[in-house]
Amino acid sequence: MKAEFTAEELGFQEEVRSFLNEEFPTEYREKVDANIRLSKDELVDWQKILFKKGWAAPSWPKEYGGTGWSQVQKYIFATEMGLIGAPEPVPFGMKMVAPIIMAYGSEEQKARFLPDILESNVWWCQGYSEPNSGSDLASLKTSAVRDGDHYIVNGAKTWNTYGQYADWIFCLVRTDNTVKKQEGISFLLIDMHSPGISLKPIVLIDGHPEVNEIFFDDVRVPAENLIGEENKGWTYAKVLLTHERTGISGVPRGKKRLTSLKRIAKETDDGFGRTMMENEAFKNKIAALEIDLEAIEYAELRTLASISSGKAPGPESSILKIVGTELAQRIDEAFVELAAYNCLPFVPDQFEDGFQGDYISPGSSASAALTYFNNRKATIYGGSNEIQRNIICKAVLGL
Amino acid sequence: MDFSYSEVQQMLQDSVKKFVSKNYDFDTRSKIIESEAGYSKENWQLFAELGWLAVPLSEEDGGLGGSAVDLMVMMEEFGKANLVEPFLPSAVIGGSLVAELATNDQKSQILEKVVGGNLQLAYASAETGSRFNVSKVATSAEAKGDDIVINGKKIAVLNGPNADQLLVCARERGGESDADGISIFLVDPNTPGVTIRPFTNIDGQKSSEIDFIDVTITGASRIGDPGDAFAAMEKVNDKAVLGVSAEAVGVLETLLQKTVEYSKTRKQFGTVIGTFQALQHRMADMFIECQLARSIVVMAAMKLDSSADQREKTKAVSAAKSRVGKAIRRVSQEAVQIHGGIGVTNELDVGHYFKRATALEIMFGNTDYHVERFASL
Repeated sequence: MKAEFTAEELGFQEEVRSFLNEEFPTEYREKVDANIRLSKDELVDWQKILFKKGWAAPSWPKEYGGTGWSQVQKYIFATEMGLIGAPEPVPFGMKMVAPIIMAYGSEEQKARFLPDILESNVWWCQGYSEPNSGSDLASLKTSAVRDGDHYIVNGAKTWNTYGQYADWIFCLVRTDNTVKKQEGISFLLIDMHSPGISLKPIVLIDGHPEVNEIFFDDVRVPAENLIGEENKGWTYAKVLLTHERTGISGVPRGKKRLTSLKRIAKETDDGFGRTMMENEAFKNKIAALEIDLEAIEYAELRTLASISSGKAPGPESSILKIVGTELAQRIDEAFVELAAYNCLPFVPDQFEDGFQGDYISPGSSASAALTYFNNRKATIYGGSNEIQRNIICKAVLGL
Repeated sequence: MDFSYSEVQQMLQDSVKKFVSKNYDFDTRSKIIESEAGYSKENWQLFAELGWLAVPLSEEDGGLGGSAVDLMVMMEEFGKANLVEPFLPSAVIGGSLVAELATNDQKSQILEKVVGGNLQLAYASAETGSRFNVSKVATSAEAKGDDIVINGKKIAVLNGPNADQLLVCARERGGESDADGISIFLVDPNTPGVTIRPFTNIDGQKSSEIDFIDVTITGASRIGDPGDAFAAMEKVNDKAVLGVSAEAVGVLETLLQKTVEYSKTRKQFGTVIGTFQALQHRMADMFIECQLARSIVVMAAMKLDSSADQREKTKAVSAAKSRVGKAIRRVSQEAVQIHGGIGVTNELDVGHYFKRATALEIMFGNTDYHVERFASL
């Protein structure tokens, strides 16, 4: 048993580290550290820097312009990105729709869509959930009816993250009402600029319109935008869900946040002549978080080793999703406790680019509550943690 | 043994309930928050007419008795409404501080107006380095002839933007954390050297940071004896702790009720989600948490009203706040989780109760602080 990287892997780690130190723009790094949201242009700009280096798509095979990295290399890359705070690629194009196009798309579709995803020329969003289909995704109702060489799409999708930026949306749509619900779903790519599409922003409890509801009113979609076979969309989407494991636990980000939590705790007066890092209860809380983070890191490494040795994907993604998101939320809570009164003011503008006013309790303490609020979504999205527990019950425990 | 409300308490509860159901639905509340003042002046006048602003004060101070149980009854209903009007900072904290410390002359000038809804108070106490320690006061008050000059910075001053008068705690003598040496001063916010930075809190309440730079006021602005305010400050602080704990009980019971209702209507997998045992047990736990929170707040309110021992009162209040704090985490987080995506949006009231609950956990000392305080007494 050994957990060390090989000499080659260590060399790779060094290469990644020095690349990120040199090429991740200082301006973006400062914003990330101050919890200021990067704009669409900035995210795209950073993605294009990675593209130039040939590292835009670590999880893609070489033939499509990916890195062809081993599992360990992907892990190292994701870890170093997380530790420096460099944003991961917006997942909808790179990590979600691209693998499906590669696996089930036609040669024409690959040639048409993949290069623009790789170069971050086109912004994608996801069209899965509907107002009445959340955890029970397969009950979705948005319909696509064939009309000559087009589909006519009607319905509504919701929780579309960054839908306001999107050029394209990949959707699960109902193409057959007469069969079992999973068997009448197709996977359709839709141009967001098509007539009949409208979008309503949804403001989350941190005050930010991060997600949207998207309405389809007789939207004509060329039939050539169908991926694979009609009514096989559910199978394609399910394969994707167990496919994307790297980085799901958020360990590097957790480490970075704990480092900053400790730094702030050392600078924060507990009101009784000590720092919060010297406060017994808070110190123990941080220790407990560190210990859990270590357990998760080794759970992820064990998964990594098992996948690298060619074992089939198991329920690991469910375990890592549950523990990763729940730990992240406990870290959010620790930031709120540390900030105390300083996180009560709601001055969202001061986390936007170009804010000119007076800062009210600036820095990470001011954003602690907003982060805590926003991140309640983490145990709900991507298959809620209840659904993940169902998967473990079914797939592992045989219940 | 009898835990039922008195006739007067029952009437008080009914009157708040009636107001809330008639005048305080979610849309109305949202509009009030968006308005410039951030609270409804009409509501405030109505509160005065209904006698609510007099509830925190004793009869001799022109109030209706000032019992902790009365306060608990009201605050719980305010919690259910997620009310943003400044009842706590102005009527409870401001009014009680003046009642505790002021001369009869000062009282007659201030309290009648507070009770009548014509004067709003804000309590400028917390500072950047004080966290939850009431005796840690770096803001200074120095005598200059007959005048007093105040210098310092206060944070988290609730109702600061709308206050007609500020109650500022400042140090006249002693070291930074000494209980002795702190006084309360009545300061007009328009006095030169006072700078208020107003903002809205995460829960929709109006708050502010206030700088005091060479703020010169008369010696007569001092409320109470020089350097002798600490005992009163702590007493009023305990009252505020009880108030927010009771409010939290109202918030949490509302979250529980809304979650159970939602689970009976939201359908997934061909059935309402309330039929899933995994969720049923969690809602049962939320119910238990609400019961424990209510019970310990009742305990603290009764002790505040009846105990002769100050230490016992303080201990009871800390017990309540820390236990309620635990309930806040569990119930408010589960309410959001069981609602799913809609629970993290601003569109539904659930998210707003969640935010208020989060703020209440912090206010006047969070869970860890009160556990520590309980242990130290």
